Amino acid sequence: MRHTISLLVENEYGMLSRVAGLFSARGYTIDTLCVGPTLDDGVSRMTLTTHGHDQIIEQIIKQLRKLVKVIKVTDLTERAHVEREMVMLTVNAERGEPRQEVLSLVEIFRAKVVDVSTDSFIIELTGNAEKIEAFIDLLRPIGIREIVRTGTVAMTRVAASRAQPKGNEETFSQLTLNEKV
Amino acid sequence: MKMRGARILIEALRCENVEHIFGYPGGAVLHVYDEINRHADRLKHYLVRHEQGALFAAAGYAQATGKTGVALVTSGPGGTNAVTGIANAFLDSLPLVVFTGQVPTHLIGNDAFQEADLTGITRSCTKHNYLVKKVEDLAPTIKEAFHVARTGRPGPVLVDLPKDITAQEAEFVYPESISMRSYRPTSHGHPGQVRRAVEAMLRAERPVLYVGGGAIAAGAHEEVRALAEKLNLPTTCTLMGLGAFPASHPLSLGMLGMHGGYWTNMAVNNSDLLISVGARFDDRVTGKLSDFARGAKIVHVDIDPSCIGKNVKADVPVVGDARVVLQQMLAEAQRQLEAGSQVAAREAWFAQIGEWRREHPFFYHEDGEVIKPQYVIHELHRITKGQAVVAADVGQHQMWTAQLYGFERPRQWLNSGGLGAMGYGFPAAMGAAVARPQDLVVAVVGDGGFQMSFQELATVVEYQIPVKILIINNGFLGMVRQWQEQFYDHNYSHSDIKVAPDFVKLAEAYGLPALRAERAGEVTRTLERGLATPGPVLIDVRVAREENVFPIVPAGAALKDMILQ
Repeated sequence: MRHTISLLVENEYGMLSRVAGLFSARGYTIDTLCVGPTLDDGVSRMTLTTHGHDQIIEQIIKQLRKLVKVIKVTDLTERAHVEREMVMLTVNAERGEPRQEVLSLVEIFRAKVVDVSTDSFIIELTGNAEKIEAFIDLLRPIGIREIVRTGTVAMTRVAASRAQPKGNEETFSQLTLNEKV
Repeated sequence: MKMRGARILIEALRCENVEHIFGYPGGAVLHVYDEINRHADRLKHYLVRHEQGALFAAAGYAQATGKTGVALVTSGPGGTNAVTGIANAFLDSLPLVVFTGQVPTHLIGNDAFQEADLTGITRSCTKHNYLVKKVEDLAPTIKEAFHVARTGRPGPVLVDLPKDITAQEAEFVYPESISMRSYRPTSHGHPGQVRRAVEAMLRAERPVLYVGGGAIAAGAHEEVRALAEKLNLPTTCTLMGLGAFPASHPLSLGMLGMHGGYWTNMAVNNSDLLISVGARFDDRVTGKLSDFARGAKIVHVDIDPSCIGKNVKADVPVVGDARVVLQQMLAEAQRQLEAGSQVAAREAWFAQIGEWRREHPFFYHEDGEVIKPQYVIHELHRITKGQAVVAADVGQHQMWTAQLYGFERPRQWLNSGGLGAMGYGFPAAMGAAVARPQDLVVAVVGDGGFQMSFQELATVVEYQIPVKILIINNGFLGMVRQWQEQFYDHNYSHSDIKVAPDFVKLAEAYGLPALRAERAGEVTRTLERGLATPGPVLIDVRVAREENVFPIVPAGAALKDMILQ
């Protein structure tokens, strides 16, 4: 099963290689990986997606937690969360009908044309992986010249009423930590 | 006070109460060496003859004492030669802090002379590693390195020191305490799990307590014994756990696993409750996993959560320090006993184990003139009254010693269990002898492993480190030969090493007294004379060439399918 795992790590020399090295050394796979800064200069956020049966996922999480400079590991898969990735595509857009078809797909998917030439567009789209896959499938017959995708980033949903955390301490502490960083 | 980085290192080691360090100099650590012999009164440095020897000596030091072993080597080849020793400490959870030289910061990444990416190379075989990039970071980094190495599940930590960092000056301030938001090992077990574990231990009809190296690391041997006695639990130790429970104790089952006792493996395999303390269900212990202790409920106590559920699913997982958790279990057992619970009667179980033991005890044939290696271990035990600190190398002699020496106390048995690194025994014994000058330290080694480490003869002579080297010499890579005999149709491909130096003459060339036994009748006298000789000594015992270690669970087979002879 596909899992989305979010890590807070010390922003130190070699952190990416420690995380990536753990996966390769133990034969796990990283499907996507995104790394970026947080509000705290000393802390980076890594979001990675991986797959495997439950025992493998459990080991991945435990091994990640064991890394000395990993502050927090959260498997977002089982909890309410929002996932997004971004894609940029250079798409054929000959004058006339193809150009109109691409534009209408852009409209339907709430994508954006960010660059225009006489016979092509660069289109930007954000969404979850399924939406992006669907968009790519629809554009493929028209002609995709180049594609660049980010990995997945994800965030826990904040409970609708923050005054009532429903006794769910795990979510609550996650929330406080997010606020701290 | 302002001082250069090299001096900061010396002062930091002093703050960590480091008394002994094993090392080998080279260009990138010359600033450090320039300080080392100026402070010889506070920090004794042992010059080894190969970096691997420094790491194994530091590991032996740590294994024999529980203190953190410290090694110092230069950049590039110094560091790469140390890697086997680091990997060994990682697999056997030994606290080490390893200082490596590095090329100056402005040359890093330049393919400079004697440059190697040591933090990169050792990332997967250290608990953590550091590259110090500012001299101001040096003292706090060393503080953190020692903290990480010895807390939680202990392990090796590497600190890479660029040459310019050891030359630059900074104010020396050693942090008094340390707090890391990303690293906080759990010590107390979950009370609910502890209660469930104790209930299971009271009720079980066929329990086995299975104790690993983690119990020794945690200093939990007294608690292990107390729990076994209080709840009447037959107790087995892993290769790494030998000594955590006294071998002569009526509840002792000896060692389990590939070369464990028949009765031990049968007991484990037929148990209805297996209580693992500081052990990790390694493949050499379990054999074929799907056939391992199928009827047993598993209680798994480990400080490293990733060990729980890795190979075997735990019914009652308890994350925590073995000593603390066992104390919790003892208190909980007391509560439950006072509340009227009783320990299950287990006469049938003990009778069954006794029967297994009588059916197939450890066994070897005496053979008149020819020296049987098992006999040498028996005699070693008898003559040393079971009191020696014994460091083994890797192979058949290691298994015979593990089976037959009978370790009564923790930190009395040193070996390379996880990595199985030949060449470990002699330098490890050297480190142990430095740490424990009052104890008799014996290195039991094979002729193969000794040839991977005998450069350290110069070290033991130079510092008069009183290691007694006992070579179980069969002219073979014995364990390889045994597998070739049993599993490769007697095809002894490249395992015959009878072309070897005369070890007695070799010792004499280094200036070391040496003795030899070639006939069974000579063993006792030779051992007695050798062990009574002051200082380092070498004893070469020529044993039967093709003796096998039994029982043996073939790799990948189930415990119940062990070969008995």
